[in-house]
Amino acid sequence: MNIREYLKDHVVYLDGGMGTLLQQRGLAPGEYPELWNLSHPEVIVDIHKAYFDAGSNIVCTNTFGANPLKFSYDQLKEIITAAVNNAKAAAVASCGKQEKFVALDIGPSGKLLKPYGDLDFEDAVTLFSKVVKIGSECGVDLVYIETFSDSYETKAALLAAKENCNLPVFVSNAYGEDGKLMTGASPEVMVAMIEGMGADAVGANCSVGPDKLVQVAKRLYESCSLPVLIKPNAGLPKGLCGETVYDVSPDAFSDVMQEIIKNYCRIVGGCCGTTPDYIKSLCDKTASFSPVPIKENYKTVVTSYAKTVVWGENPVLIGERINPTGKKRFKQALIDNDISYILNEGVNQQEKGVHILDVNVGIPDIDEKKVLTTAICELQAVTDLPLQIDTSSPDAMEMALRRYNGKAMINSVNGKIGSMEKIFPLVKKYGGVVVALTLDETGIPDSAQGRIDIAKRILEKAHEYGISKKDIIFDTLAMTVSADSKAPGETLAALRYIKNEMGCHTSLGVSNVSFGLPSRDAVNSTFFAMALENGLSAAIMNPYSLEMMKTYHAFCALHGLDENCASYIDFMSSVQSVVQPVISQLPTVQVPAGSEDMSPLKKAIIRGMKDDAKVSTKALLNDMAALDIVNQEIIPALDEVGKGYENKSVYLPQLLMSAEAAKSAFECIKEKVDSSKEPSAKKGDFVIATVHGDIHDIGKNIVKLLLENYGFAVHDLGRDVPPQVIVDEVVKTKTRLVGLSALMTTTVPAMEETIKILRTEAPWCKIVVGGAVLTREYADSIGADKYAKDAMETVRYAEKIISEK
Amino acid sequence: MNRNVLVKRYILPKINNEEVLRYMGVKVCDDMTGKLVKECIEICDSDSVFLPNVCCLVCDLDIRNEKLLFDDIKVESMSLSRHLAGCNRAVLFAATVGVGIDRLIEKYSRLSASKALCFNAIGAQRIEDLCDLFCDDIKKDYSEYSHTLRFSPGYGDFDIGFQKDIFKLLNCPKNIGLSLCDSFIMSPSKSVTAIIGLKSKELTE
Repeated sequence: MNIREYLKDHVVYLDGGMGTLLQQRGLAPGEYPELWNLSHPEVIVDIHKAYFDAGSNIVCTNTFGANPLKFSYDQLKEIITAAVNNAKAAAVASCGKQEKFVALDIGPSGKLLKPYGDLDFEDAVTLFSKVVKIGSECGVDLVYIETFSDSYETKAALLAAKENCNLPVFVSNAYGEDGKLMTGASPEVMVAMIEGMGADAVGANCSVGPDKLVQVAKRLYESCSLPVLIKPNAGLPKGLCGETVYDVSPDAFSDVMQEIIKNYCRIVGGCCGTTPDYIKSLCDKTASFSPVPIKENYKTVVTSYAKTVVWGENPVLIGERINPTGKKRFKQALIDNDISYILNEGVNQQEKGVHILDVNVGIPDIDEKKVLTTAICELQAVTDLPLQIDTSSPDAMEMALRRYNGKAMINSVNGKIGSMEKIFPLVKKYGGVVVALTLDETGIPDSAQGRIDIAKRILEKAHEYGISKKDIIFDTLAMTVSADSKAPGETLAALRYIKNEMGCHTSLGVSNVSFGLPSRDAVNSTFFAMALENGLSAAIMNPYSLEMMKTYHAFCALHGLDENCASYIDFMSSVQSVVQPVISQLPTVQVPAGSEDMSPLKKAIIRGMKDDAKVSTKALLNDMAALDIVNQEIIPALDEVGKGYENKSVYLPQLLMSAEAAKSAFECIKEKVDSSKEPSAKKGDFVIATVHGDIHDIGKNIVKLLLENYGFAVHDLGRDVPPQVIVDEVVKTKTRLVGLSALMTTTVPAMEETIKILRTEAPWCKIVVGGAVLTREYADSIGADKYAKDAMETVRYAEKIISEK
Repeated sequence: MNRNVLVKRYILPKINNEEVLRYMGVKVCDDMTGKLVKECIEICDSDSVFLPNVCCLVCDLDIRNEKLLFDDIKVESMSLSRHLAGCNRAVLFAATVGVGIDRLIEKYSRLSASKALCFNAIGAQRIEDLCDLFCDDIKKDYSEYSHTLRFSPGYGDFDIGFQKDIFKLLNCPKNIGLSLCDSFIMSPSKSVTAIIGLKSKELTE
């Protein structure tokens, strides 16, 4: 019988701890337990056998830390093969009569994934893939991914397992005492990801004893439709001097586990500190137990790395502003690779109260695959809102979906056979909730019935791919009322039917309906209310539209979804307070440059007041040319602050706040001015990077901020940048200035190498270096042109070089 | 011989404003800087940003000139042997305040350099506080010894490559979620590895 079959009708017993038992038999701190498969196979077989004898159905191979980061490929193969053979030998030798299985045990790599560590997501998938390939070829019954404390790394391992074998996969994570993973994921987030990617069981192991995992077990059980696994430690280790002892006995352990089995879990075992005695106690007490029935969970859920959005009660707001359609400034930002523009848009929408962010970067002339994936990865680092991946390119969709940390929303699939055949496999493989447009090869139906028929066909096709209707959200396409007065009615009728008769969730891009009409907001917000009343679950909308937000809050209050109307009241009072401060900031008199009374903009920049700078700039743009504002207001203010910093009357935080205020002013100008008409006031180009091996970049970012303020076009290559990549960019852009940053002595050699190659391939450029580890002497010895002790020095040097030619 | 790695969780005291300002290079604090620090501390307090954890191992120490032996791990360093002169035992430890502050630094690196700078300073202050708390605990638990200040790989001629040995010995990734990059930078970044020397009080009398 295979484990999937067995799992259907039985409680499944895993094994207990291995590490502690090996330590008792002489494993030294720092010694790799996996090597004992080769050096002490009889000990390993003995331990596995003891667990089988105690009643375990599944033993996990002694391969927890066996991965390519610790061992060469040949060693790895040797270790895993021996480990599997040891487990199989134990199964044969054991007197236990129960069904016995061998699981390939995979623990975390020991490295943090980028951007917090230096392990790239795809590299993580590759390293786990090697382990899975070797293990599955040795003939294990299942793969067990355990003790991961990071959702992203969990995804990498699970992908590796699903892409390299057809075996059942169990996944259990290490939850902290706060009921979350170290990188923030809750049980509900992990369930959405793990179930979405097709694992066979989800659970928790290690960290704490069984009593502390009861809540986690409960939450896992209530949010998933898979068997739940629990493998706790024997409590917590006690004792500073002398032996480490775990504080929960086999008897106490199995008492708590009994309750867990009764209520939540059908796969159970022990982790650190547990021994065969624990498993025997567990098996004895629960021998007659039937497995707890699996709860079918019909909730529609999307997640970020930490947050879930559950469809059902309150309507879901999806912010639509990260989309270049009709937005010149946005298009320019995409062409310039100005990621921070996108990030700010995301953060601002979050502040306005959206639940999900739509991400669309589809313009011609850019590599959409690369830009979309970068946007998704960068947004993930900056916001904890789930994202909606919005693209018509299946390739871009796949790449972004693969790298997404959580369970994404996918926009979109439609009724065309080609679309479904391209998109549904992605949804099946990576998990996700997909928006399905009710159109097909014949176009957008005029009638509600036409839409409903397409929706039914989409659902059937999805079913063929094994995609449940809880993961499909139908968009019944709001068409323009001024073109067809019947259109809104049809859209709403289809919506109603799909929600009530078909039991599916719905979404709409509301603003289409008012195209061509004046006062679009009024039509949009009313249509929004009508749609909500007809069962709309989510709307892609503009959160800056006051009318839309008012409708949303009022609807929630009127439907009893807002206790005491608290959110509504809160929202309305915040609306009032926004109006006042704006008026008081507007300068009433244009202040000529050089007068004693400083202009409001200069004051705002010097005092580092970002919002005031923005407001003042907007006002000035009515009367002054953009270039004049830059040269007469912004630059002089920056210079004043810069001088203060150099003579130590102004400190770094103030310098930065001023630079940010200036940046905000520049942003205003960019929004107003079409950069294709007015020539760019760029002084020159500057390529900047943190060198290979170095992952810190606060200093580099400060330099970049200041350089941009002073008019340089900065090409920021990021951090951990290989020498050749930097050289290629300098050669491509013919930049005369290059800035290199390094934090550690270990990464200065990479800086030296970069300089060597630059001298050969780009002899025209000047190289300035900085970073915590550098000194003038060091800089000279590696051949740099200039050592800059801080950002201001870099700016001064850059200006000097540019003015010299 | 106690061969067990101990893991300790800590609760940190309130954030010290003066220290944070000092880490940012501020000698005189103005309004805006004060406001910045207050905002950032509020963000740190609202979400459980810090997960302070330490793992450590006490071992025997043998020193001959600049050759040291921690149980059976060999190190050569003049600076370290000077610092640990006279000690017969040592505490090897790794400490981290967790990845939460890195997430904030990462986020604001893209949105606001001044906040990124401030969170970086707060992180530095927190990890120092954590090390201080741990050192206090060592003083209490090993009161029959006198103790040196903590000394980290990278100080003087104490090779930073020793990080590898500490990480392997203490199993930092598993015990406190701390990992080592190829360049010996630690992730999460607000982390410390160090050695405290223990000198039996009878030996000094």
